[in-house]
Formats: sequence, structure tokens, C-alpha cells
Amino acid sequence: MTDRLLPILPTDAPPTEPARLVDDFTPALIDVGAHNLCPGCGEPIAMRSVMEVIAEQDLMRQAVAVFGIGCYTAFSNNLDCEVLQALHGRAPSLATGVKRAMPDTVVVTIQGDGDMVNEGLQEVVHAAARGENITCVLLNNGVFGETGGHMTATTTLGQRTKNSLEGRNAADHGYPIQMAALLAGLEGSAYVARGAVNTAGNVSRTKRMIEKAVDVQRRGLGFSFVEILTMCPTGWFVETEEAPAYLDGTIAAVHAGGVLKDVTST
Amino acid sequence: MVAQLMEGSEAIAAAMTAAGCRFFSGYPMTPFTEVLEHMAKKLPPVGGVCMNAESELEAVGMAWGAAATGTRSATGSTGQGLSLMQESITELSLARLPVVVLNMARSQAEYWQATRGGGHGDWRRIVLAPMDVGEATELVQLAFHLADRWRNPVIVYGDYYIAHTYQSVDVQPIDFGPLPENEWALTGATGGSGRARLVSPLGDTKQRDDVGYDLADYYRRVHAHQVAMIEGTEALVETGHLDDAEVVVVAFGTPGKFVRFVVEELRAEGVPVGYVRPITLFPFPSTVVQAAAQRARVVGVYENSNGQLVDDVRLAVLGAAPVEFIGGLSLDGSAFGIGPEITVPEIRARVLRLCESAGCVPEGVAR
Repeated sequence: MTDRLLPILPTDAPPTEPARLVDDFTPALIDVGAHNLCPGCGEPIAMRSVMEVIAEQDLMRQAVAVFGIGCYTAFSNNLDCEVLQALHGRAPSLATGVKRAMPDTVVVTIQGDGDMVNEGLQEVVHAAARGENITCVLLNNGVFGETGGHMTATTTLGQRTKNSLEGRNAADHGYPIQMAALLAGLEGSAYVARGAVNTAGNVSRTKRMIEKAVDVQRRGLGFSFVEILTMCPTGWFVETEEAPAYLDGTIAAVHAGGVLKDVTST
Repeated sequence: MVAQLMEGSEAIAAAMTAAGCRFFSGYPMTPFTEVLEHMAKKLPPVGGVCMNAESELEAVGMAWGAAATGTRSATGSTGQGLSLMQESITELSLARLPVVVLNMARSQAEYWQATRGGGHGDWRRIVLAPMDVGEATELVQLAFHLADRWRNPVIVYGDYYIAHTYQSVDVQPIDFGPLPENEWALTGATGGSGRARLVSPLGDTKQRDDVGYDLADYYRRVHAHQVAMIEGTEALVETGHLDDAEVVVVAFGTPGKFVRFVVEELRAEGVPVGYVRPITLFPFPSTVVQAAAQRARVVGVYENSNGQLVDDVRLAVLGAAPVEFIGGLSLDGSAFGIGPEITVPEIRARVLRLCESAGCVPEGVAR
């Protein structure tokens, strides 16, 4: 252990200097900086981006976040933003009720691929088709992370999961659903984009997508959707440091990034 | 005001609107459909929203979201549609949200669904069962009050007759008294305050409290709240001729009104029969049924199912008298619960057979 960066502090005597805060990386609307999600998970980065956008656009006094069920649900009671917890798959209908009953709110749903695409596919499709003036965020890692790495409807061909051990194959498991493309094809959607959080550049680009989506909602232009590809080294059965590259080589190769639809650009 | 002749569905919609309901979501299904139609007409002029949901799951989800903002919200369906909603209805108890749920039922075979909760978990809901259109216009208003009072869903158990019968009603807002402030309701306004609101079936504590979600603690607290609701809710019931009744017939809803008519008719002919009509199916008026059974030779249960209410009657009677099921599904080809058994002659015959078995039919009563 010769490459240790910090000296080992002696514990047989009180420290000579008081403890000091070096830096605080906790965003304004996240209560507790620590979380119990796995090392290398992409969901905290995505959550952070959403909360930063709400704070930076000065929407914290009118925002309501609606959570689905997945690992990210750990953040549903860790935000200084109002939160409505939904059942698995049902966030878009709850968000619809909030927005219709209280049109001045800015409503953002947080769902994973198991939640949105498997359990509650029709909810988000109908919300988009209605042009519901809400923003839906999909955290897509192509796997049920919370149950321990099982195949979802966005798992890509060849991707190994606990119930596609030799890799997903079309003959046995069918094909992945490309949510952003599906929703972009509906007349009611106003903004549809897909980003990722596996590199610093992708995090920046994804945050701009969230900013745009929320802006579309504030302007009442219709349904906005941001799909964020997130790392799940635990559910992918890869080393933590390999996960960003694994994301590029597997799910990002199928669920390609970019802005698929933007009614403000025409 | 002047009474107006109204179809039951419209009267229920008018009563919900009068009660301050400003959000309604539903998916068409007979005989619930017409309530949805009338809410679609009545809510927009008063600033409310009626959503034609794409499924029952989305209907209850939308009502969930609207209720979370403190807006008086309702949804509904038939018993079949309510089966689809059960996951959400049971979790609404855990999220402690006041939503009124109409069951415009096709039979009385959802008694268990309504009173036991068709979903998972132990959570209970107050169930109100009107016997006709006029009573429905009062009970749906009471349902909103009780839902807000206890922050819990309330079920209103109607049926095809109540949905489609025309009756002269004067729907006026009813004041049931003060309610607690809904300081829990989401508006977005508490964001960034350090104490942003959270509405969740998983708990109401924040991680900054160093607690996070403690499901065991939360479930215990919700249970304590449910006990307070059950003990604090008066069981509503209508009774007749129980003082000297040797035969007691228990029935609810529309069949309860038919039974009441038959009992009055038989009383006039000298048959010592009385009736109990539970108006709250939960909490069940057990003490009234028990007291009636103490003086009776037999207790009969008439219901349009294969026997569900009879369970609660047996639990209330506790062996004090024999309990006989004299009901059954009443089905025409449509299976909408408008069948041949809900007629005065049929119900009279069944009640009379019960009285004969108890040996208390005087000479000269027409069979």
C-alpha cells in the first residue's frame, strides 16, 4: 500500500487541527449527500442533474417530483423538493392528476426501465399521446437493478441478465423497446431526447436535455421526455470501472443518444 | 330549491359536485358509465377536471395524483373495474389520501371486495351503501367528508338501479362540520424550505431526520390511525319493527329497500318480522344486529350474491340465533344485476318461507 494518498492519522492522541469541510458536493435540493446505492450506479448522477435543473431554474417552490419504484426510490425521501410516491409503473397517471388539479406546478416523473417500460408502458404512452404537460424521465440501464439484474423490456440483444444468462436473444426473449423513438412518434410529445451519464460530457448534455424538457413544460407545449442511460455495474455483472464503457458498447449502441424531437426547433 | 327529476347517475354527479369534488377520473363501464358522463358535463363549468382515463388503473392513478394536491377527488367503476384498481386503493390507505371510490356494481358480489379490501395488506375503508337515489345524494357527500376526516379512501356501493332510476331529488350541499387542515397536500410550495412535503405509501419521514423509510414503524402508525378511524366512525343503520320481531331480515342497498317494503307488507298482515339495513357496510352495525338476534328465532340475510354479507351477520349474531341465507345472484342475460329475483313477490316468498320455518306465520297470510 505504498500509493496511499493520505497519511494515516494517529488515533492515540487528539487531532492537532480541527476537522474542516474540504468541499460539499451535495446539491441544494438533496438532503443527505450519502446514499446506499451501489458504487458506480448512474442513477444518483441522473437524480442530481434533475434536482440541479429544478434549483437553477428557480422552480423549487412549484416543483412536484413523482417517483416510481426502483433503486432510485431511495431518493424519494431524500429531497428538499415535494415528492409524490407512486406504485410501480403508475407515475404518469399520478403526475397527470397533480398537473391537471394544479396547473401551476412543474411535474417531473422519475421511473426506471422496469417501472416505465415493463410494468407501466401504457401509462407513459397515453400521457404522451394526450400531450400531458408533464416531464417524464426514464432512467434506463436495461436491467432490473433492484431485484438483482433481471431482463427488462429495454435489455439489448446479447446483454446478459439473470434470466438471459447467455445473453438476450430475439428467438427466446424478443426485442428491446426503444422508448424515446416510440414516444417521439406520437403527436402529443413535444420534446423527446436521450442522454447518458457515463461520461462528463454526456452528463452535461443530459442536463441540457432536462433543462429543455422542463422549459417545454413551463411553456405549456406538451409532453416532454428525457431518457437517461445509467450504469448498473451490479446488475450487469461487470467491474465498477468498466461500467461506463460497457454502457457505450451495449445499451447505448442500441438506444442511441440525441434529441429525437423538439417542437421548439421548427 | 326545487326538487328535480333526475337519473341516479346525474343525481350522484350533482351531489359530488355539490360536495366540492373537483377532480373525477373514470373508464366507461356499465352502469358506472353515466356517472362519468355527467361528471364530464358538470365539472368544467365549476373549474373542475374530469378525465376520461385510458384504463381503470390510470383512473385511480389520476385521482391519486389530484387527491395528493388536496383537491377533492373521486373515481369509480363497477366491481370488475374496481378489481383492477385494488392495488392502488389499498396503497391509498397507506399513502393516507382521501379518494372517494364509487362502485356502481352489477351485483352485491363485491361485498367482500368492498369491506375486506380486494387488495393486499390489512388496510380498511369506510363503505357506504345507499338504498336509492335520494340516499345516494347524501351518502356521496358524507363520503367526501369521511375521506377528508380520516385521510383514507371511502367506498360508495351503488348498483344498476341507483345509477338508472329516475327520482325527484333536491341536491344541496350538506355541512358535516369542520375538518382538519390538509397541511400535508402537495402544492410545490415547500420545496427548498428544508421541509419539503412527501406523500408516499412507504412513509412520511425524510432521511434528514436520520430515519429514512422505516416501513415497520410506518405500518404501525398507519394501523393506529386505522383503529382510530374504525372506532371513531359511527356505524349507520336503519331498522324497523325489531321490538317484537321473531324473524329478522338483514339486507343492504337496493335489495334492502325491497326487503323493507316486504317487511312492512307482512307486518300489516300480522307476521312478526323486522329488518336491519346496514348503511355503513364497514364499520358493520354489529351491535344492532346482535341485539336484534337476541330476541329473534331466526335471522335471514337477503343479498344479491352467493352469500357474502351473511359472513358479517354470523359474526355479529355469534350464535345467538340461526342465520339463514335467503339471497342469491339475480341475473338476467346481461348480468347487470337487474334480474328476476329483485321483485316484491320473489322476496316476499323467501321471507315468508323463513317465517314459516320459524313457525310464526298466522293463519290467513297470502302465500
